[in-house]
Amino acid sequence: MADNNSNNPKNTNEVSDPGRRNFVKNTGIAVGGVAGGALLGGLFSSRSKNDTNSNTAGDKGSGKEKRYEEARMYFTRIADFAILEQAVERIFPEDDNGPGAIELGVPYYIDKQLAGPYGSNVGDFRQGPFIGSKAAASDSSLDRGQIFINGLRTMDAESQKRFDTNFVKATEDQQVEIMTDFADDKVEVKGISSKGFFNLLRSTTLEGAYCDPLYGGNRDMKGWKMKEYPGAIASYAHMIEEDKFVKMDQVSLTDYQPK
Amino acid sequence: MVKTLEKVDAVVVGSGWAGGIAAAELTKKGYKVVGLERGKAQKREDFVGAKDELRYDVRKLMFQELNKETLTIRNTLDETATPNRSNDTNAINGTATGGSGVHWNGMVYRWLPTDFEMHTKTVEKYGEKIIPKDMQLQDWGITYDELEKYYDQFEKTAGISGEPDPLRPGQRSDEYPTPPMKETDIIRTFTKAAKDLGYHPYRIASANISETYTNPDGETINGCVYCAFCESFGCDFGAKADPIATVLATANKSGKYELRNNSYAVRIVHENGKAVGIKYVDTETGEEFIQPADIVVVAGFTFTNTRLMLLSEIGKPYNPKDGTGVIGSHLTAHQRNLTHTRVRGFFDEKKFNRYAGTGALGVTMDDFNVEQLDHTKLDFLHGFCLRTSQRGDRPITNNHVPAGVPSWGKEFKDKSIFYANRRIDVQQQNGALAWRENYMDLDPTYTDMFGDPLLRVTSKFHDQDRNIVRYAHQRGKELLEQMGADHITVPEITEETEFDKTSLSDHTGGGVVMGDNPETSAVNNYSQVWDMDNLFVVGASSFPLMGSSNPTATVGALAYRAAEGMIKFLENGGGQLVKKEETAKA
Repeated sequence: MADNNSNNPKNTNEVSDPGRRNFVKNTGIAVGGVAGGALLGGLFSSRSKNDTNSNTAGDKGSGKEKRYEEARMYFTRIADFAILEQAVERIFPEDDNGPGAIELGVPYYIDKQLAGPYGSNVGDFRQGPFIGSKAAASDSSLDRGQIFINGLRTMDAESQKRFDTNFVKATEDQQVEIMTDFADDKVEVKGISSKGFFNLLRSTTLEGAYCDPLYGGNRDMKGWKMKEYPGAIASYAHMIEEDKFVKMDQVSLTDYQPK
Repeated sequence: MVKTLEKVDAVVVGSGWAGGIAAAELTKKGYKVVGLERGKAQKREDFVGAKDELRYDVRKLMFQELNKETLTIRNTLDETATPNRSNDTNAINGTATGGSGVHWNGMVYRWLPTDFEMHTKTVEKYGEKIIPKDMQLQDWGITYDELEKYYDQFEKTAGISGEPDPLRPGQRSDEYPTPPMKETDIIRTFTKAAKDLGYHPYRIASANISETYTNPDGETINGCVYCAFCESFGCDFGAKADPIATVLATANKSGKYELRNNSYAVRIVHENGKAVGIKYVDTETGEEFIQPADIVVVAGFTFTNTRLMLLSEIGKPYNPKDGTGVIGSHLTAHQRNLTHTRVRGFFDEKKFNRYAGTGALGVTMDDFNVEQLDHTKLDFLHGFCLRTSQRGDRPITNNHVPAGVPSWGKEFKDKSIFYANRRIDVQQQNGALAWRENYMDLDPTYTDMFGDPLLRVTSKFHDQDRNIVRYAHQRGKELLEQMGADHITVPEITEETEFDKTSLSDHTGGGVVMGDNPETSAVNNYSQVWDMDNLFVVGASSFPLMGSSNPTATVGALAYRAAEGMIKFLENGGGQLVKKEETAKA
């Protein structure tokens, strides 16, 4: 990534710029990438509604969809969110296959997950004592939201220690080196093993890349398109016996669920 | 204040396959049944439009939330157990109407004649010496031939689609009610390779069924549309045989069944050696009730059944130090980090439609089952099936790459996308045998939401457990070589591969085991408790071992057998259905 910005508030704002740029790029493509058939009606009607909103808000005047749902729900410091953006992009980078984690909306997906019941371990068994292994995120007395804060800030501190610069400003290779050591459980993080944090970061990144777009990740179903995964298809009975690979248009729950 | 309700003929804990079958059979005979289900009410409408991998398969929406109750886990007797805190590590327990029977894959296997007489047959064939120290082999007190008609009954209730196993001639009284599922490229590729190697592949029998079918109770199951959302999901189309579509519907239309949801059974109430009823909590209001009944049926999952027996102080708790007692013994499972590890073949030039499929769409073979192997030449007992299935790969949970590729970053992304549809897995499912120090009891530290002790699982892998999986992996590798896979990944099973929080699966059995001897078993072959005539404990808790294939059909068959026993008991005014003195020959 070329975005080697320092960590002051002004410059950190620029860190999220790739996302913004990609957002503009994405929505331009989205209309052309729509799944076919009866689904078009619903998709276009919801799109035109968003367009109206965008215009009302005076967005860039281009008639592009504005993503009102992309503001931070969980992370209070933009610096933490900027580290998250870089980290998820290292796990799932943009390449010839298509967009990386940032363009797919993964950072905002994770932010929303951490703001909800998953982030505060609502369905988990939380009775103490929290003894024994901290190998898994759920073994920690920290909730998942706290694990992200401690983990991301430790990545930043590690970058300062090793490279005398913050994580966001470090080179890709330096970021990968730090994250590899986290994955190999070689770094101390308060309340959780670095591997436990890394595994949580990795699994939520893949969730954000490939979940139904309703959760704010897998923007415009681009994760599914890369993987040739069709999504919510009512029936494969007509083609399941085929010898050849069958490429299908993607269908999201927005289009699939009865309304 | 505990409120005692009006007495009924039977109270049944659980509304999964075991509880559902008991409820259907009893109500068909006119008996009044109250069902207690800890989970919420659900019906087919809840599953419409539910094709959401994150919500159901990753966050495990249809599984018991562990904030209410979980297990604690340790390896050895001298360790302190710690709780399984999240369904991220391991989701095991179903909940809500229909239990795990709603979100199952629908693979239906009959266990082998040898499974039910494992001790006798092993000694007959090899002598007592072949049994490793500390392994606990036990007969069930019932044979395959005696159980066959109940398997047949379960298959007919569920409309199972299948074809006979060529290596088990003469073991079926009738054909499967519906023909096998459609054949896919993956199934054809496996079948050809297996036949080339001289094996005997046949189609996995499936509860996602090949054509619309009406069962003997008049319930209709739709033909499957292969939509790829099966395991972890309720069926969008009513095309998977589950308790809601079959046995609970039958019980409901009798007018004699009342299912109470959000009703958490906390004790089996008993007096003077007789079960009085079930004490439960309405978790919506916090009120406590006792539901009295002539017979009490505990038909939850293995853990629920075992824990209720221990909490209620019925039967003698198992003591791993001297091997005495029974409640909690014979814990066995298809372990997710051992039995369920897979050999994966990656194909550079060939793409399969992996995104399409259904839970039990596949092909299997029995050439390495316990009856086909000569164990004098092997370092394990029992055997395994080998199979491939096409369940429909979903993208969050399927990011497999050949060995040597990292699990994140540039190469990972590229390869995980490239191989997403270029893969065939071979899976073994092996028999799991009981060990003296693998057992369940009550945890001394951690409690559930009512303050009752959690169930504690103590379990360790033995050489036998690892050896059978290593051997099966090699056979899987040979099959993938024959299929022409370019890269084959064989999971590494080392001495460090150990039982942990990820191990237990929904294929876990034991705790209230069946047998012919009250000294070594808790229930007779009608799932009737030896020590308490009007108490039946039904389900995988009665398995003295875990066979080499999926357990649900055996749960179903034993439940039909148990229901027959309950009816006999009610018609004949009680008593033991199996005479101890005739059967307790050991």
